[in-house]
Amino acid sequence: MSTLHTVNKSPFDGTSLSSALGLALPGDAVLLIEDGVVGARKGSSAAKAIEASLASCKVYVLGPDVAARGMKAEDLVSGVESVDYAGFVDLAANHARTQSWL
Amino acid sequence: MKFGIVVNEGPYTHQASDTAYNFTKAALEKGHEIIRVFFYHDGVNNATRLTVPPQDDRNLQKLWSELAEAHKLDMVVCIAAAQRRGILDENEAKRQGKDADNIAPAFRISGLGQLIDAGIKADRLVTFGD
Repeated sequence: MSTLHTVNKSPFDGTSLSSALGLALPGDAVLLIEDGVVGARKGSSAAKAIEASLASCKVYVLGPDVAARGMKAEDLVSGVESVDYAGFVDLAANHARTQSWL
Repeated sequence: MKFGIVVNEGPYTHQASDTAYNFTKAALEKGHEIIRVFFYHDGVNNATRLTVPPQDDRNLQKLWSELAEAHKLDMVVCIAAAQRRGILDENEAKRQGKDADNIAPAFRISGLGQLIDAGIKADRLVTFGD
């Protein structure tokens, strides 16, 4: 009964990323979309929290949103996986529910 | 699998309507069923046929209408949110004494009960907004 958490805001524009990471249970997945992908940038102030969460949760970014913001795979915290929209659908299907942190 | 989609944002706020559209399209391509797309709050602004975006910009109202027509989607606009923002169908325009309606093809106006119904019937309800 795991949960997919989506975060669509940058960590510099609210607290949705820290809420999602703080409340995600082991086995949950956190997917960063839209401006939320900025949170997965290597070396950012949110990177440490993401690295800590990777021990118990999967963290994903929506690839097209990463590309739209001029970021590349090597800019991301290692361990963060990239998915496309079809992968987003699979994540939503494979977890019992989706919690959108708006 | 049955998906319900909630869109809480219009085409020109941030990116939520685009993401919802791309998610819905991808789910249909994977063979999932979309039981309803519910437009709530500023999301009702996706449902006016009177917007005229520049030709080189995406036209979300048109994209949603075309997707719905191709896949027979049930796209429901929240009536209370729609009235506040001037989104009217023929019946509502008449009932409110307005001189025109503007609802786009394949959208219909109904109540919040349709969101509850989608939440009960869908295996997954995914919300896009701000």
